[in-house]
Amino acid sequence: MLPTNNDAAPVLSVRGLKKSFGSNTVLNGIDLDVPRGKVVALIGPSGSGKTTVLRSLNGLETPDGGTVTVGEVSLDFGGSVTKKQLATLSNRSAMVFQQYNLFPHMSVLQNVIEGPLKVQRRPRAEVIAEAEKLLDRVGLLEKRDAFPFELSGGQQQRVGIVRALALKPQLLLFDEPTSALDPELVGDVLAVIKELADEGWTMVVVTHELVFARQTADEVIFMDGGVVVERGPAQEILRAPKMPRTQLFVQRLLHDI
Amino acid sequence: MTSNWDLITSSLGPIISGAITGTIPLTLASFVLGLFLALVMALMRISTNKVLSTIARLYISVIRGTPLLVQLFVIFYGLPSIGVKLDPWPSAIIAFSLNVGGYAAEVIRAAILSVPKGQWEAAHMIGMPHVQSLVRIILPQAARVSVPPLSNTFISLVKDTSLASLILVTELFRQAQQVAAFSQEFMILYLEAAVVYWVICLVLSSAQSLLEKRLDRYVAH
Ligand SMILES: Nc1ncnc2c1ncn2[C@@H]1O[C@H](COP(=O)(O)OP(=O)(O)OP(=O)(O)O)[C@@H](O)[C@H]1O
Ligand SMILES: [Mg+2]
Repeated sequence: MLPTNNDAAPVLSVRGLKKSFGSNTVLNGIDLDVPRGKVVALIGPSGSGKTTVLRSLNGLETPDGGTVTVGEVSLDFGGSVTKKQLATLSNRSAMVFQQYNLFPHMSVLQNVIEGPLKVQRRPRAEVIAEAEKLLDRVGLLEKRDAFPFELSGGQQQRVGIVRALALKPQLLLFDEPTSALDPELVGDVLAVIKELADEGWTMVVVTHELVFARQTADEVIFMDGGVVVERGPAQEILRAPKMPRTQLFVQRLLHDI
Repeated sequence: MTSNWDLITSSLGPIISGAITGTIPLTLASFVLGLFLALVMALMRISTNKVLSTIARLYISVIRGTPLLVQLFVIFYGLPSIGVKLDPWPSAIIAFSLNVGGYAAEVIRAAILSVPKGQWEAAHMIGMPHVQSLVRIILPQAARVSVPPLSNTFISLVKDTSLASLILVTELFRQAQQVAAFSQEFMILYLEAAVVYWVICLVLSSAQSLLEKRLDRYVAH
């Protein structure tokens, strides 16, 4: 199921990523490497630019500078970038949104097969078989004909994950996948993401769930004010952060729990 | 009394035939063309291209700011003086389409803008280009919210087509006028025309509720 590739090169490589909205500099030179099969957790206070990083990787935001490499595709945002190049880059990754963003006028199955069928134009029978297998994995096969409004938040987010997987991306991007969920529904979704990590998917997860990050992530990156303040193995950063800003942030979050 | 009743039953034929061969096809043709025009205008109005959005804004403003009867007369009686002579039917269809185009454009624009931004983003995320996102993801959702206001536009149009009688299109009201002129029974004939319009609109209103129910099947209540 996993797209295979040359093992040595990182799946995602970001250098000097910059983005401003008007006079507001949101990303001020972000570097990021994710080797194949590894999980990076992106943490940081609200407004630090985490979402903007993910959106820049998926073509939802066009950075002002820096290079982004996903798989074999590399783009230098310092120069001019065409729509087509941007599409080639963003098609390497798939995103799971905080608010799920399922298509409300389509059934669960239609949500999942829309991309593979109508964009990637793969054979219908194959696409449906794969979609059903994925839905079964997250325990939602019997909901294949339900509409999103008939599902709980946790179920909708699992469909969101399946929709991303069905695109067969090289890189999975999660933007606070559980922060819109009622507390009792968070566990199921995190369990699915952990399973995908164990299975060898390469991913970047923006999250406030530090326990989850410690258990799942290989590397944790703490961002603040559009720069990376501290990075390292999950255990280190979350147990014994070096920088004062990281210490403060981690302590606050752990107290909230 | 009997002669009144005879008049009603004998005039019902021409009036209904005016509805079937005039009012209804005129309404349908104008509405379909008008909706298409409205969609184009709505997209131009939303577009980031200043020229396109200004053209659309101007068009919508002129259509909404001038009486339909004046629009109709400009096309049928005005255009011949600059060498464009159109028959009553094409004149009527053009005038009503342009009118629907102006009103429905605002409805469609609002409906498109009411679809959350996250839907565009999810569409782009699965790799859809802009136009495909619009057609497969945004417009179906916009359609649901625009059915009630567009149904109102449609029902207004049915009644507005009576203005076409003034440029000699043989439709429901013109048939009633002709029988009335001949029989001199204005009250009876015009009330009869009113009842037929009313019945048509009642039927359309129930069709509207059915359509809304169908489109609502994928949202929570
Ligand atoms: N489209 C936009 N236009 C203008 N400013 C924006 C836009 N998107 C983000 N910003 C600004 O960029 C900054 C970083 O936003 P971003 O959403 O990346 O932060 P975040 O780390 O994801 O925060 P949170 O934890 O609240 O989700 C914020 O100050 C935000 O107001
Ligand atoms: Mg965010």
